[in-house]
Amino acid sequence: MDSPARAWREFPQRYRLEAAKCTVCGKILYPPRVVCPKCGASTFETITLPREGTVVTYTVVRVPPAGFTEQTPLPIALVELMEGLRVMVQIGDLADPSDLEIGMKVRLEFRRVSWDGEAGVIFYGHKAVTA
Amino acid sequence: MRDVAVVGIGMGDFGELWEKSLRTIWAESALAALTDAGVGEVDLITVGCMAPGLFVGQEHLASLLADELGMAGVPAARVESACASGGLALRTGFAEVASGLSDTVLVTGVEKMTDVDGADATYALGTAADQEWEGFHGITFPGLYAMLARIHMQRFGTTSEQLAAVAVKNHANGLLNPHAQYHLKVSVEDVLASTMVADPLRLLDCSPVTDGAAAMVLTTVERARELAGDRPVVKVTGSGLATDAITLANREDLSDLGAVRKAAERAYEMAGRQPKDLHVVEVHDCFTIAEVMATEAIGLFERGEGGPAAEKGLTSLQGKIPVNTSGGLKSKGHPVGATGVAQAIEIVSQLRGEAGNRQVEGARVGLAQNMGGSGGSSIVHIMEVA
Repeated sequence: MDSPARAWREFPQRYRLEAAKCTVCGKILYPPRVVCPKCGASTFETITLPREGTVVTYTVVRVPPAGFTEQTPLPIALVELMEGLRVMVQIGDLADPSDLEIGMKVRLEFRRVSWDGEAGVIFYGHKAVTA
Repeated sequence: MRDVAVVGIGMGDFGELWEKSLRTIWAESALAALTDAGVGEVDLITVGCMAPGLFVGQEHLASLLADELGMAGVPAARVESACASGGLALRTGFAEVASGLSDTVLVTGVEKMTDVDGADATYALGTAADQEWEGFHGITFPGLYAMLARIHMQRFGTTSEQLAAVAVKNHANGLLNPHAQYHLKVSVEDVLASTMVADPLRLLDCSPVTDGAAAMVLTTVERARELAGDRPVVKVTGSGLATDAITLANREDLSDLGAVRKAAERAYEMAGRQPKDLHVVEVHDCFTIAEVMATEAIGLFERGEGGPAAEKGLTSLQGKIPVNTSGGLKSKGHPVGATGVAQAIEIVSQLRGEAGNRQVEGARVGLAQNMGGSGGSSIVHIMEVA
């Protein structure tokens, strides 16, 4: 799964937080899709997501999947960036994972997410830190 | 539609079966089901298996397995819906017999999970989540269910003690099931003291990695009556399948399992039944929180009441509505592709009155609920004594 082609084609979303806004109903899709799930239209304009949000739910992964063993314990949250738009992200820079709570204000920052897969790709994206 | 009956069931022990390959455990259970049915030939074989490519490096599974049974030439199809692959294999067989496309179908489920190490197994199971937008960040299945648990706890006040009660009950039931992976009595204290896997879920909140296979034979009710002799004929009266966003971020309501609710509604409608008609239920307790949420979504309890119901013993073997008499995924084990078929086998055993020490007296209507991923798909079957 960690192929250079896959990493490359996801740059706009991973690196620049680009989302698609439906030109008919205004629904925002992240990642972009071919068809709007709300109204069925298929014309979009590109927008950039806000970086501030609120923790909707979270966990701290203690038994990681292959590729994340060096980052354990790994706090991960669903963060709501705007009404109805949530993203899954790691929470970075937490001294104590028990500080995490629902409703916490966070800010997305560009970070290294994982590395050392079979293809040697270093994956960058966004992590959330305490706002 | 024609009426469909289960005329044979077969499964071996679930567990870490290092001495046996996928094809061996599959063939053993298939043969047991055919023997139980008294059937030598079938029109179709369905195989529910989630990820043989990742777990044992083998695709093209249905043909391989048909040949393994000496049935090369017979139509065979593998179906996949992550951990609901077994339920989908059953639904596929049901649809074939109901429609008249096939008269007799061998429905099977299998997963061989211990040929890879723990990290690779965690990765393989993780492919049931959205790999690009969830797996990318290192989330695991315990992690996804932990996120659902956090929300359920915040919204309804569900507690870790209530979740632990689910594990305690299912392990108690598993003690009575000779095929179960674990014959282990656990207490609430044991669960709460076990290793944290993904906060707030601990090791004893999680189902294990398991090798296992399960099989059943479906045919028309008429033929089933001829084959059954003195044994009760068990009809499949309802089948419901539904999907939801597999990505948690795209789910409308994270405090409920929408696909389970829809699949159950469809099965109840087809069967002309309601939750209060059920005598015995198997739900997909891949994690303790999953059982709590599933018992709510299939309508046994109001939303938010699943945790208190478990703690009060309403779902125990002697309770108001016994849930997971087999020991559930928690204690019986969770060979993901086999699980949906094994759940249905437990219901058939109960309805036949053949469940031994864990028999629910007078059980005539049962339900089995199987689920894919973190709730992105679900399949519900209702079965009744004909």
